[in-house]
Amino acid sequence: MIDNSLATTGVIRSPSPGQQVLPVSSSSLTNSSKGFINEFFEWFGDLGVFFWRVVRAAVTPPFEFRELVRQLDEIGSKSLPLVALAGAATGVVLSLEARYSLTRFGAKSLLPAAIVFSVIHETGPIITGLVVSGRVGAGIGAELASMKVTEQIDAIEASAVNPYRLLAATRILACILMLPLLTLAGDACGLFMGWVAQALVEPLSLHQFISTGFNGASFNDFLPPTFKTAVFGLIIGLIACFQGMRTQGGAAGVGRAATNSVVLSSLFVILADVVLVKLILIFFP
Amino acid sequence: MSMNTIEQVATQTAIDQGKAEEDGGASVVSVEDLHKSFGSQPVLNGISLTVKRGETLAVLGRSGTGKSVLLRLVIGLEKPDSGSVRIHGQDIAGLALDQLGAIRMKMGFLFQHAALYDSLTVEQNVAFPLQHHKKKMSKSEQRDRVHDLLAEVGMESGFAKMPADISGGMQKRVGLARALALEPDILLLDEPTAGLDPISSAEIDDLILKLQAEHHMASIVVTHDLHSAKAIADRLALLNEGTVVIEGSFEELQKSDIEFVREFLRHS
Repeated sequence: MIDNSLATTGVIRSPSPGQQVLPVSSSSLTNSSKGFINEFFEWFGDLGVFFWRVVRAAVTPPFEFRELVRQLDEIGSKSLPLVALAGAATGVVLSLEARYSLTRFGAKSLLPAAIVFSVIHETGPIITGLVVSGRVGAGIGAELASMKVTEQIDAIEASAVNPYRLLAATRILACILMLPLLTLAGDACGLFMGWVAQALVEPLSLHQFISTGFNGASFNDFLPPTFKTAVFGLIIGLIACFQGMRTQGGAAGVGRAATNSVVLSSLFVILADVVLVKLILIFFP
Repeated sequence: MSMNTIEQVATQTAIDQGKAEEDGGASVVSVEDLHKSFGSQPVLNGISLTVKRGETLAVLGRSGTGKSVLLRLVIGLEKPDSGSVRIHGQDIAGLALDQLGAIRMKMGFLFQHAALYDSLTVEQNVAFPLQHHKKKMSKSEQRDRVHDLLAEVGMESGFAKMPADISGGMQKRVGLARALALEPDILLLDEPTAGLDPISSAEIDDLILKLQAEHHMASIVVTHDLHSAKAIADRLALLNEGTVVIEGSFEELQKSDIEFVREFLRHS
């Protein structure tokens, strides 16, 4: 029997007595990889269709202003403390690390500029994106998934209300609008705490820190990195709504949707950041 | 789709409805040769049914025979593989979401588990369709209408409670009030008495009968409760393996020689 299975399944090494043989045929491997590839492209296809429906719903009346305002509060105001805290912590860490490195290379005078440019160019936007994808992505994913499995989304549709407009468009738009504002708040907290961390070691006024740090900075240093987070907002909102509204399978499905929303939105935020940084360097040198 | 298009669809629906009624008792809901599968699993295999204004059709059958799927197809929550669903003469199969919306405004749907919005109070749940479709109504008019609807389904208090804080029977009543909010002329009820005690079931049946008498709607009631179906329906359709085994009055079902019908009646 073992010989036969070896012949048919492609297991090369003979098993020791009592060792269990896991039959892995080449055809089943091919089938599973085909299945994975199919699922991969199907996911992107479904995401594209979902995005198109949301865009179409978002640009046609009736507009759901009241729900949009509620989502702006839910996504923006309620994420603010977390973003501020993350920004502040990043500012402190940057200040400590940069001081150590720059002092070693005799460039301590560049410390304010190093903190300012690091925060507004990269750490502020990406930290904000990741914090929001964790908090908001999980929240949207779980909320919509729960509504889906309890037929509340069907009930909305049965009430002749477009769920893509009411649930998805409002949340995605709120993410797009709030991410740059949250980034500004995160940047401000990061810079302030960066100054505090430096001032505790070596006396330096805030005015001096700001004027030295922003010396030579232009709008090109400030605006594109801040507004690229609108793309992060689109990614977070879109993926979280998509994962939530396609959920199946009860409580387990809700948990899966929340996890997938966070994992996928964080992953795509990082990937988008790579592309956006390159584009910003090309168009705003 | 723009609001103009929604209005055009709504107007066309009203014209079709008018024509149908001029024809003399034409079907409000007409399902023809409906097929639906989920993956490789066929659920409906050529269902044809009609419901006229003021008539109540009860769809009976064992669990998993596609009764709820049939209702979801009628309101357009699912797309059929083939066949047609006509509401006031208009085939809804190829319509976009917003076009369907214009037709759904004339339909009320009570879900099996009520499907109340769990983040909204009882009052807000019933007000939901009004807030979205009766924007010309003032807040106080909307509130009065919601209170009237809740009174109509036998709820005089507890308007500020959350759905999780009320019983299953109460949730069904609230769901029914929400389904009636836009004054539909088609009412779809998915297992209205499922999971309720006999007294609550009888109360829901009485309520449905009262609403039918008052509003004169075309209704489709999906149930596996033969007693409930007998009490509220004019006609019954028994489904098995995705097809209609028999359609007629309760007496016609009782007289049937079909083995499945006899077995179903024996165990009900």
